[in-house]
Amino acid sequence: METLKYILKRLAMAVLSLFIITTIIFLLLRMMPIEGYLGAGYEKMSAETIENSLRNLGLLDPIHVQLKNFYVNLFHGDLGTSWIYRPKVPITEILAPKIPISLTLGALAMLLALVVGIPLGVVMSRFKGKWPDKLGTGFIVLLNAVPVVVFYLFIQIYGSKALGVSMLFNKNDVSTWILPIICLSLGNIANYAMWMRRYMVDQLNSDYVKLAMAKGVSRRDIMYKHVFRNAFVPMVQLLPSSLLLTIMGSIYVESLFSIPGMGGLLIDVIKRQDNTMVQALVLIYACMGILGLLLGDLLMAVVDPRIKLSKQGGAR
Amino acid sequence: MGLFGKHKVEQLGGALTDQLRKDLTPEEVDALDPDLFTPAKYDAAAAERTAYSNYSYWRATFRVFWNNKLARVLIIFLAAILIFTFIQPYLPNQNDPITILYDESDNLLKNLKPGEQGFLFGTNDLGQDLWSRIWFGTRTSLFIGFVVALSQCVIGVTMGIIWGYVRKLDRIFTEIYNIVDNVPRTIILILISYILRPSMSTMIISMCIVGWLPMARLIRNQIIIIRDRDYNLASRCLGSSTWRIMVRNLLPYLISVIMLQVALAVPTAITDEVFLTYIGLGLPLDTPSLGTLIIKGRSLISSSSLMYQLVIPCVALSVVTVCFYIIGNAFADAADPKNHVN
Repeated sequence: METLKYILKRLAMAVLSLFIITTIIFLLLRMMPIEGYLGAGYEKMSAETIENSLRNLGLLDPIHVQLKNFYVNLFHGDLGTSWIYRPKVPITEILAPKIPISLTLGALAMLLALVVGIPLGVVMSRFKGKWPDKLGTGFIVLLNAVPVVVFYLFIQIYGSKALGVSMLFNKNDVSTWILPIICLSLGNIANYAMWMRRYMVDQLNSDYVKLAMAKGVSRRDIMYKHVFRNAFVPMVQLLPSSLLLTIMGSIYVESLFSIPGMGGLLIDVIKRQDNTMVQALVLIYACMGILGLLLGDLLMAVVDPRIKLSKQGGAR
Repeated sequence: MGLFGKHKVEQLGGALTDQLRKDLTPEEVDALDPDLFTPAKYDAAAAERTAYSNYSYWRATFRVFWNNKLARVLIIFLAAILIFTFIQPYLPNQNDPITILYDESDNLLKNLKPGEQGFLFGTNDLGQDLWSRIWFGTRTSLFIGFVVALSQCVIGVTMGIIWGYVRKLDRIFTEIYNIVDNVPRTIILILISYILRPSMSTMIISMCIVGWLPMARLIRNQIIIIRDRDYNLASRCLGSSTWRIMVRNLLPYLISVIMLQVALAVPTAITDEVFLTYIGLGLPLDTPSLGTLIIKGRSLISSSSLMYQLVIPCVALSVVTVCFYIIGNAFADAADPKNHVN
């Protein structure tokens, strides 16, 4: 019952913040550079032409009318049309083939991070203070301290040389998927390994492990039946933040490998100052952030009822 | 000699004399210093003195920090870099980072390998000296980093203390935080830089807007922990104003947290600068910064002989951020009183 109440409250909260954020972003975007609505040849236009085309776009209406129109269109699934990137094409049509690519890539990257990061953390805690631990810690510190661009660039350049694959992404060639996925998962691997190690060490230091040792339970059994299971539960808390990390990483990675996904598109339209596209993409990313955190929080409530539900505002 | 009666003192003296006669030979007794047998003067201040420990928080913090060998090496190294970025333009034989260089027969000195013709890092595809460009870029990036870190710190700490200390505001602030926190920070960064047209000040403003909220949140949590401690209660009962409590009672407690945040905000700002420049919302490409240098170097990745133009700025960027990261963490460890016991 408690859980259900929490879930409902969290849902309401998400809807509310979705609404507020959308409105704020919409209002902020009214201040965007005006040439983004007009396309090439903006300097040559007369004041009259500019006013006319702005009026056609509904940009000279009072702000509350614009907001109303925007929401009405949004609920009809209409995000507007692109102006510069692909003139007069509905944005939903542009996005439709791109979203699945971004999602697949992100999901695969998160899967890889789980598969590599958690065993890494386990191994590090198993050999605490010995060379695997030191090596792993060095790896984690390096991943956290060195800016991601540097990694991405070096993986792209040297990875493609080492594997003998193309530097750029090709949807139909599976081998070109490898490097972007590795890039996207690196940050999460470091996070998972670091926290898994910490939780494992915490568990190893607890009294019940000492008791089990004293009783003569084999080390293997203690590790896998008790320590690992108990340490795994709090890892769920990392899910929302790792989701955000993947989304953010995808903006960089997709552009570097010229992957035809949403992240690369965002950078493209920013460079070309296509306002309606920027607006749509920023909204989509913001919504993904909100939904990702919602999903993580709900999952946490379901997986471990022991996690105190009321502390949702606390540090993640 | 008001505290004890004269009689008591004489009794004590007699007992001591008896004891000495028993333990020592007469020669040894004669050899003792007569001063030992005159009563000490009564000193009111000395009587009030209690047990005294030689512990000073800051001294202990710096001692622990200094004992960390890696941090010690890195902070000297970082200080050397900082000083060198400032004196580099005034050293003899330095080229201007923007000037395009020609040799005696008017040939463009472009794409020279590192070390060739006396150019330590070579020249880029336009014929500009990469060595001075790297230092200029490091200076630009560090400037952005420090300005952002300091303003974030000022805004964040002020708001955080108000947020944590004034109970009426806590509810509103927390709700706002919960909503804003849902949006990925990169998106806010992009949004603000996009609206405000790219420039150095835009970039700094957008980074500050993104950065102060988490900082304020952290400070707020710390404040909540120490707000109701007895010494603050006592201070309030004695009539200190809210402002005085915030500045004199709470702020000093937070210095170590704040310093860690500032140390970590610098590399974050430098990394964000690279990101914003990469997506086209940062500095114009003709202003050298680590971001613009990396973006320029990236356009040459297809030719492996020109890779140095990408590798050198990448290495410079990594060195600076790693230094700040490790020093920041070492300082955080040192600032934790648990690590002060040896």
